[in-house]
Amino acid sequence: MTKRRSRFFNVLFVSMLLTLTIALGGCAGDKEAEDSSQVATTSATEAENSGTSHITIGIPQDLDSLDPNIATAAGTQEILFNVYEGLYKPDVDGNLIPAVASDCAISEDGKVYTFTLRDGVKFHNGNPVTVEDVVYSMNKCADDGTGQPLVSAFSNVESVEATDDKTVVITLIEENKDFLAILSATETCIVPADVEDLETTPVGTGPYKIVSRSLQENVELEKFDEYWGEPANIEEVTIKILADADSILMNLQGGAVDLVERVTSTQASELGDQFNVLEGSMNLVQALYLNNAVEPFNNEKVRQALSYAINKQEILDFVADGKGTPIASSMFPAFGKYYMEELNDVYTNDVDKAKELLAEAGYPDGFTFTIRVPSNYQQHVDTATVLAEQLKQIGVTANIELIEWQTWLDDVYKQKNYEATIVGLDASTLTAGAMLKRFTSTAHNNFTNYNNTDYDKAYESALVAKTDEEATQYYKECEKILCETAANVYIQDLVQFVAINKKYAGYEFYPFYVMDIAKLYAVE
Amino acid sequence: MKKKLLKQPTFILGAIITSVMMLLTFIGFLYTPYDPTKMDSSSKLAGCSLAHLMGCDNFGRDIFSRVLQGMGNTFLIAIATVTIGVGCGILLGAFTGYFGGWLDEVLMRINDVIFAFPSILLALVFISIFGTGKYNVVFALGIAFIPSFARIVRSEFIKYKDMDYVKSARLAGVSDFRIIFVHILPNTTTVLLSSIMIGFNNAVLAEAGMSYLGIGVQPPDASLGSMLSEAQSYLFSAPNYAIFPGLMIILLVLGFSLLADSLKAR
Repeated sequence: MTKRRSRFFNVLFVSMLLTLTIALGGCAGDKEAEDSSQVATTSATEAENSGTSHITIGIPQDLDSLDPNIATAAGTQEILFNVYEGLYKPDVDGNLIPAVASDCAISEDGKVYTFTLRDGVKFHNGNPVTVEDVVYSMNKCADDGTGQPLVSAFSNVESVEATDDKTVVITLIEENKDFLAILSATETCIVPADVEDLETTPVGTGPYKIVSRSLQENVELEKFDEYWGEPANIEEVTIKILADADSILMNLQGGAVDLVERVTSTQASELGDQFNVLEGSMNLVQALYLNNAVEPFNNEKVRQALSYAINKQEILDFVADGKGTPIASSMFPAFGKYYMEELNDVYTNDVDKAKELLAEAGYPDGFTFTIRVPSNYQQHVDTATVLAEQLKQIGVTANIELIEWQTWLDDVYKQKNYEATIVGLDASTLTAGAMLKRFTSTAHNNFTNYNNTDYDKAYESALVAKTDEEATQYYKECEKILCETAANVYIQDLVQFVAINKKYAGYEFYPFYVMDIAKLYAVE
Repeated sequence: MKKKLLKQPTFILGAIITSVMMLLTFIGFLYTPYDPTKMDSSSKLAGCSLAHLMGCDNFGRDIFSRVLQGMGNTFLIAIATVTIGVGCGILLGAFTGYFGGWLDEVLMRINDVIFAFPSILLALVFISIFGTGKYNVVFALGIAFIPSFARIVRSEFIKYKDMDYVKSARLAGVSDFRIIFVHILPNTTTVLLSSIMIGFNNAVLAEAGMSYLGIGVQPPDASLGSMLSEAQSYLFSAPNYAIFPGLMIILLVLGFSLLADSLKAR
């Protein structure tokens, strides 16, 4: 009897150990998916019962900050777009429309901006937006606490004053035609003066407020009932972080996630009947970004050789069944005015020419380098795989190192500790500067260490240009320099496939990296 | 009770499976029908055919060639891991078991601590400190494998160290070193052999798990685990992409398990 019992306990013990090992080991991802799919279904049923609508949106990386002044990642800004608003904000066509301000008068010389506050705009904590809040927010952009401007364009701001309790006047030192566009970005949004730490207590004026957040897990949003504009349709939104690119499909099909903004073409074709797949453009510049300060990429000829060696159409074929737009400089087609299609002819796929350039540069037998790619972006990983194969033709060996998104942000973007990386850079505002400023030698976010005096000069000239045409001319000059000196190996503006459960609709494509959750609605 | 190995069906089956797998692995080192990283857009996700025995993956790469390459990678990592584990394990186990004393206590308690964590978890910690890559995986898994071997060897040594033949060797003035490696160690081979085989299996599974999580073999190189992970997105449109690497893992582990079983039963 005792013997049998002890054997029973042995079996029990061993099976408990096994379960533990499995749970701690490789199956963690799947298990999590199962768990959260249960959570999602229960909360969905709860939502149905109580009559509130709910949607779960999957994003590939955690938000790097809830404080709009600190957040740098495009993937963060596209979510915070729903939470924070500036004096102006962009609409779906990229036009600037008044938001927290109801009107703006710009003086003849373009230096004095007079904003009239909109009536009845409230923060998520219930307080009305006052001119003090606006002045506070603007001053915050002009000085990050160390005397340096948080938003670089604010070094050009002479003063921010509230003339009465409805009016704020911003005076510039020099005219800046893009200033209104800069004010419509998430980083220059209006935040309350009496909230110290937005990271822990995010308070904005947007159609959604942040209710809770668990790191690397999810962010819960709730419709803001006192929103001044057109109210959001769906009341509760869960932003779920799917850091494992492979789990996206299972999460969608299992019902744990209703919307994923960027799936690959193969994932899209696997989805089946319960999903709509919308096709648009990601509006970013995907490139093999090179650290221009390290050997051998400090040599222009090497960079040009790589540009000749790659076959963009083939990359498009493998990564997205031939969809996407090949580009040749740091500008994507949605920027109609600045985009230069003709640059695509500068580097045609020419392996012999590439080898010749490599030999001239002193690398006749090629060289070896490492591409660090964030593993949560399947498109970039796939691109890296194809690219590495293409570079073999000119004797260049590219090793791929998959890293986590956080490591990418810290190590590659901030510490510049890399040789090459593949990512997409987006524009936070619809200004040419958003795509070009980072390549000036003094820019704080110049993570490619690109340094070219001609480029700096052209960019300076664009800023002080008298007319819009003249400025555009200089910006185009900048693009041309980037392309001709092969600052980076520019690849494409990726095609975007949005997978959305047929239970929901209303997804709209913006000309830049933004997801307008307020426009989504539940069908029926 | 000793049975002849060749009369045991499990041994025969295990031997056949293992030799076929070994053969495939070694062929993979020398020859693959296609370049395992060569892409071809015209055969994206192609099904099984005579040209491509196991079909093609999402880049049009031949899955059979990649499976061969992947088996080689998995096999090498597993062997290297077990070598580190067994090598260090024998040294640790032999000395602690033979000499005993406070050093034995200290080392074995450290051993217990390491043993308390699942090896994958330990390896993950190691990887997060030293970075991803093939060689780091080998070291991480190798270290995680030491305790189990050290324990087995130690218990064998404790069993043998007071036996008469060891005592008489000691009386005859044979050095401790020689007693450990020449007199006792050969007697532990039976136990050691089957645990090496089980260890090899665990190493194969652990490597597959690590590569599946994306921290082992880096693309475009293949390992059985990384192929499984890539195939996950195509389970429905190209099931062959996942089935073949999975099948190879199963066969590799099954063969060795059967062998280890029949060795133990001897």
